[in-house]
Amino acid sequence: MFKYVLKRIGLAIISMFIIMTMLFVLVKLLPNPVVVTMGNQGKALEEMRRAWGYYDPIPQQYVVFLKNVFTKFDWGFCTTVGTFLQPVTEYLATKFPFTIYVNVFAVVISIPVGVIFGIFAAIFKNKWQDQVINVFIMLFISVPSFVYAFLLQYIVGFKLNLCPLVLDAGYDFFSWSMFRSAIMPILALSFGSIAGYMRLIRAELTETLTTDYMLLARTKGLTRWQASFRHAFRNSLIPIVPRFLADFIFIIGGSLIIEQIFSVPGIGRTYLASLNLKDYNVFMCLSMFYVVIGLSAGILFDLSYGFIDPRIRMGGGKTNEL
Amino acid sequence: MSSNEMNMDRIPAEKFEFVQLNDKIHDKRLETKPVGFLQDAMIRFSQNRGSVVCAIILLILILYAIFGPIISNYSIDEKDGYYQYVLPKISDKFDLGFWNGCSKKEFTQAQYDMLDATPGAVRKFLGTETRMIAAKEQTVYKVLVDSYARRGYIEVLLDKSQIAKALKYEQETGIQLFYPAIDRDQIVCQPYKADPNAWFKTNQKGIAERDADGNLIPLYLEGEDDYINASYDDKIDRDHNLIYFRKMQGDNQYQARILYSDWYYYKNGKTACFWFGADEFGYDIFTRLGAGARLSFLLSMTAAIVDLIIGIIVGSCEGYYGGWFDLFMERFKEIISEVPSVVFITLFQLYFAKKHGSLLVFWVTLVVFGWMGVSGTVRAQFYRFKGMEYVMAARTLGAKDSRLIFRHILPNASGFIITSSVLLIPSVIFSESTYSFLGIVNLNSRYLTSVGAMLSNGQTTLTTYPHCLFFPAIFISILLICFNIFGNGLRDAFNPVLRGSN
Repeated sequence: MFKYVLKRIGLAIISMFIIMTMLFVLVKLLPNPVVVTMGNQGKALEEMRRAWGYYDPIPQQYVVFLKNVFTKFDWGFCTTVGTFLQPVTEYLATKFPFTIYVNVFAVVISIPVGVIFGIFAAIFKNKWQDQVINVFIMLFISVPSFVYAFLLQYIVGFKLNLCPLVLDAGYDFFSWSMFRSAIMPILALSFGSIAGYMRLIRAELTETLTTDYMLLARTKGLTRWQASFRHAFRNSLIPIVPRFLADFIFIIGGSLIIEQIFSVPGIGRTYLASLNLKDYNVFMCLSMFYVVIGLSAGILFDLSYGFIDPRIRMGGGKTNEL
Repeated sequence: MSSNEMNMDRIPAEKFEFVQLNDKIHDKRLETKPVGFLQDAMIRFSQNRGSVVCAIILLILILYAIFGPIISNYSIDEKDGYYQYVLPKISDKFDLGFWNGCSKKEFTQAQYDMLDATPGAVRKFLGTETRMIAAKEQTVYKVLVDSYARRGYIEVLLDKSQIAKALKYEQETGIQLFYPAIDRDQIVCQPYKADPNAWFKTNQKGIAERDADGNLIPLYLEGEDDYINASYDDKIDRDHNLIYFRKMQGDNQYQARILYSDWYYYKNGKTACFWFGADEFGYDIFTRLGAGARLSFLLSMTAAIVDLIIGIIVGSCEGYYGGWFDLFMERFKEIISEVPSVVFITLFQLYFAKKHGSLLVFWVTLVVFGWMGVSGTVRAQFYRFKGMEYVMAARTLGAKDSRLIFRHILPNASGFIITSSVLLIPSVIFSESTYSFLGIVNLNSRYLTSVGAMLSNGQTTLTTYPHCLFFPAIFISILLICFNIFGNGLRDAFNPVLRGSN
């Protein structure tokens, strides 16, 4: 087990390095001319770049970059995004609270709702309750999130005037007005994941409900609900809990689209801005951030399988391989 | 009964007799017709009512994408800035009561007077209401307003030949094109100084002043007009003391005031009627949406086909031969899939879009990163089938690798491959609309548009002109829902084992 964990982490670190090198080279190859502005700013920027080693050969720059990142965790300065010459890590730290604020509520809402209605659908399989939930699943899995985000904005925000159209500015996270303005992005983020959870749980639970040991449980006299909850539900959670854990990591990731629509000044929106405005330091830092959370979610996903169900052998081996 | 029963353990040998000694045993011939794999799948598919309905809706959407831009009154590059944001109107011949380019709106008195002075703008007056607005009691006018007629009068610059042509048209048809110029000096309300619709007398706040009969008092420029007075056989009842063509700087330039709806008819030979409304540039949304859908379908289908071909070749090599090639490709895919896809799409756009155009670059990006999913599916299928006895049997009989791959394994995996490739199309449409929406890929130009670009444009006027967003959003929602249900139906038809497990 321990060996397997080490192996997975080692592989992830190797992947991370390969991706980092690839991105660094790609970004450095991009033309990024100094925007000629009034006054001496362009000239100053040009000199600053020279001082930072912008015109050195790429491998040399990469060594400097690696040294800065791993000794001082210094990812460089903001240029076009945020305040000029603010350290990237410091700038991004101001963006995390918004993303986490919105995403925590979304996850906290969507997991119980998804689980409850998923169970409901599986128990009432092929009855009208199941049909209604199926329609909901189909709608919210297929329709792009920005479409129902617009719908929310138009109906709830504009027509009914219940919530502000975009997130409130400022850092007053515990005020009512802030929460009220966050309701719509939270809902827009939740719908998709609720539908995903419902589908997953419904599929797993219907499979477990048809197994032989369920028949045995009913035969020995348990009621349908007792049998479903004590035997089937626990077993059907095995493939689902890892996904919950992985999703918790993505709380800090943020959604590009929802943050854009509701003007949430979070990580996803900053990432888009760094791409559009060509702020390569912010871009590198955030890309690596996404890669790291993606890799760690993958590892957590695989490991939690083993913890929840010891029958699942770690590492697979030849016989287990598909 | 009991006499016939015997001890089953000890049956005497003479009791046994041969069933047949002289006769041949005939197996009964199969009475049913043989059903092939595809035929069987089609039968199962047609029993799934939801999927069939979705397939029909999909077909309608595809027909719309093909023929929509052809049957509409507008071409894709036809824009009319004066009709920007006009509402959807199904026909100008009859009025359904809805979908007629009208909307209920509330106005202040000054705004209402302006509408009232514009011919046709007030479709129906719905009454007034007194309400507290900003701590002041104000009267609100509720009006069913025609978004087309609301455009009213505009001023255009014409040269002599254009005027002569237009006057000839006036004489032939009896439709009045030109209206008298306004005396700007008499206007007291500042915002109305340059407004060609403000032809009546108002006070400083823009509220109309009426004469004893309640009619508006016109403020026309009086004087001698070169055209209307000089030997012009006028069929239209006009006041010949007014100026219709104001001479501008430049020798050959005249400013004329025209009613835009009539002018539009004169210029284009049709009345403006946008089935899905018009967008911010005055493009017809019906035509643009059809063209955008066409682009989305073409993009996704061609990308899906190429993905499928590459995916099958790579996936079958990986799955069949395994070894170092498999290992290398799997690690490669793992690393690529770890990078957020937005990074590659953006980098590709930044590198190549200027040189090769946004569309081609986006298509290439889709192909370069799309085959990996297909190859994963194919690889898994090959792993499943390559160890089976029938493959071993075929190999023992001396079948070559290529025969095993294409004759024995691939047909068995075809169900999975077909369904995954059908589901590839909506995923491409989805990502196209997402990246267009985020502004990373820009497929919007005069002759080209995509559904995502239309959504992105419509978002800016969500609260004021929701129809710009509504139709593309409805289209893409129906399209994706139908594609997913259709794909699931196909999957159930090809792999009945998987039914119900979404």
